[in-house]
Order: sequence, then structure tokens, then C-alpha cells
Amino acid sequence: MTRIHVTVDGVAYSDEVEPRTLLVHYLRQSLGKTGTVVGCDTSNCGACTVHLDGVSVKSCNVLAVQADGHEVTTIEGLAEDGQLHPVQQAFHECHALQCGYCTPGMIMQACDVLKDNPDPTEAEIREGLEGNLCRCTGYHNIVKAVQQAAGQMRSASSGSGETADATEAAEVSA
Amino acid sequence: MIPASFDYVAPTTVDEALAALAEHGDDAKVLAGGQSLLPILRMRLNAPGVVVDLGRIPDLQGVCDDGDHIVIGAMTTYAAVLADDLVSTHASLLSKAVATVADPQIRHRGTLGGALVHADPAGDVGAPVLALGAELVVAGPGGQTRTVTADDFFEDLFTTAVGEGELLTQIRIPKHTGWGAHYEKFVRVSHQWSIVAVAATVRSEGGTIAEARVGLTNMGSTPLRAVSVENALVGQPATDEAIRAAVASVADGTNPPSDLNGDSDYRRHLATVLTRRAVLAAAGA
Repeated sequence: MTRIHVTVDGVAYSDEVEPRTLLVHYLRQSLGKTGTVVGCDTSNCGACTVHLDGVSVKSCNVLAVQADGHEVTTIEGLAEDGQLHPVQQAFHECHALQCGYCTPGMIMQACDVLKDNPDPTEAEIREGLEGNLCRCTGYHNIVKAVQQAAGQMRSASSGSGETADATEAAEVSA
Repeated sequence: MIPASFDYVAPTTVDEALAALAEHGDDAKVLAGGQSLLPILRMRLNAPGVVVDLGRIPDLQGVCDDGDHIVIGAMTTYAAVLADDLVSTHASLLSKAVATVADPQIRHRGTLGGALVHADPAGDVGAPVLALGAELVVAGPGGQTRTVTADDFFEDLFTTAVGEGELLTQIRIPKHTGWGAHYEKFVRVSHQWSIVAVAATVRSEGGTIAEARVGLTNMGSTPLRAVSVENALVGQPATDEAIRAAVASVADGTNPPSDLNGDSDYRRHLATVLTRRAVLAAAGA
């Protein structure tokens, strides 16, 4: 067993883990953070995507011991003060899911895409989500949701409230 | 799927890592970014007694300028390679190839050195490293280092010149400043291993190809360099017709695999098409 110290969704944890423990299993089984799901178990599908020190990783492809001393954000740490994150809100409003299994990873990766590129084109969104598989939606509403969230996050960061961007985003979602 | 049990060592210097490898011998496996190793361990295709994690050795990360070379630490992630101005300025072929590797999450974790030592012939970094004439710095027992040319580095399927008890520490790439570059990758679906891919970089002088380097992905058990095509391209105008003729023999002497993605002959055909496209794009035509 190896002792690790990790901060997950803003809370510091210290635990003994077996070195072979995958980060996703540590999150789910040790911390009870079952919002992060195991999809394919072969590092293809991206359902288990979390942020490690602010960048997206597939948590089935990282050992918990590799996260020692680092900071993890899961889907459960995105909402603040009971308010859904703009990407979560947009997935809800655009009906960007059917079965919902890919949604936690899809949202975490969408956040990563928007962090690097606040105003992505449709092609850039699709490319940014290439490591996340959805077998229900055909991706159409997922892309719309990311576009809507991007518009809302840009207008929120410019502090101008109801701007042209937000209007444009509303049209996209209509 | 859960890996078999192993002990975990996370050294903070290359010397400590080499000492761990010396102590555990072939019972040890080196963990770089883990994006190939962890799936292998999960599927129990390998079950080392000890995993030596290089992720906490700062000396192995980053890119620096060394005169007529750029030097990339073996543990530099794909994402860091992609974001690096030295690489895009002096070895743009590598940037173009790395951009096609897997997906963003895997590029955040996977490392250039890890991929080179893993030496999957369908991986995307071997061909550009070979085409760019890189030198690989390998540290061995006692901390001694030796330099291996890319031509001598790839020995066979999943086999490189890095021996037991050794570590790849640096990738030294001669500057190809001002060379055009393109990586033409053929896959059926996104974030797939290359069925075939071609790495081409070209120095042009007034519409004529002055120098060319061409590397092939998944056309044999190792990445291959198409030296005869490189020579045939010199002095050619950057036109479709001239390049088509110069690259026609690119698959000669190759022994590509046959699998569910395509048989060997299909891959030979693909190689000629993709080489033409890659060279045309690299030449700006």
C-alpha cells in the first residue's frame, strides 16, 4: 500500500491505496464519487474523463498513485453554490444526452476544450471531443450545447450580461 | 479491468531511476505517460513486479535549444510538444505528427519518449523522428549515456536499442528551420492507430525541392525511412506530376502487415498515395 495525498473537488484526502488502483476506481470506490463512470475500460470512450491539475485525462488510464500531490476535479466538482456549470446547464437545455452515460466525461472534456479555446468552431468542438464516444445522440445536440455554453461563458466573462453572443447562443439552441 | 499487483517506485532523479532498474532487473517496467502501458497492465498482457514511474523526474521534461539541435526531454508530453514554439519552428514535422496522436486527453498524459521506446509500428512519432534524423540519448547503469541515431534506434516490433537497465532521456533533433512539413495519416475512425501514415518534410528553393525527408508509419515492424524516394525528390519541381513519379517506388522493399484494416498490398498502395499527398503538402504545392 502507498499513501497518497490528493485534492478532489476542492477537498484534501489522504489515503492508503494499492499501487495498481486506477484513479477512476479510487474516485468511485474510496471517495464515493460515482459521478465519474467507467465506460469502455480500454481508454477509448472518455466517459471517465476528469481534470488532473486542470487538464483533461482519462481516469481509467491514470494510477491513483500518479495523482499523489495533485488536484483532481470531477463532474461532481463543477457546480458552484448549487448553480450548474454553464456547460452542465447547456447540456440540460440542449438535450445533449439520451442515456447519459457519456455525459460526465463529455462535459469535462467540453470544459477543457473551452478553457483553451473560448470561441471554438463546430469543427474544433468535434475535434476536441474526438476522445469521447456517445452511442446515442449522434453528437448533434452535444455540439450545440458546447456552442451555447461557449456563448454564455464569453458573455459572462465580458460582464455585459445579455449580449449578442448570448442571443446567438439562444438561437443555436432553438 | 484491474492490473495485477505490483510495487511502485517514483524516483525523482534519473540516477535513482537507473538504480531502481538495476535492482529489479527484468521484473521492473518503466512507466512514462502510461497511455500504452496502463491498458497493457489492465489487460494483463504484462504483469511486472515493480513499476518505476518517471513522472516525478523534472530533468526529463521540457524542450530546449542547443545550437543546431532542439532537445526534447523524454517525458515531455505530446501536449507540451504541440504547444512548444521551438518544436513548431525547427521540427514542424514532429508537431504535425503529434497533433494526430490519439485524442486530447491522451495527448495530455502520453509522452514522446514513452511512445518511442514502446515502439508500436502503428504509432505516429517514430516516422517523423526517423525522417528528421534525430539522435536518442540513452542513460545506462551508473549514469553513463550513449547516443543512438534514429536509424539504429528501432530494432523490431516493440523493440528498440534501449536495453535492460537503460532509459531514454532525450530526443535531439537537428533543426529543420524553414522546411515545409506534413503528416498524412490514414485511419477509418477518429483517434485510431495509423493504418498507414507518411511523414514528409521538404526544403524548397524557388519551387524546386532541394532536400526531402520521408518516414513511413506501419509499413513494417519498425518505422521506415524512404531514402530512395528522398533522393529521387531532390531537384524535382513541386508539381503533382513530378512528385507522383518520384514517390512511385516508395513501397519497394517494405513488408507491411496484413490485418482487418487492410492487407499488405493495400498498404503498399496506400503508401504511394499518402507519400504523394504528404510531399505535395510539405512542398506547399
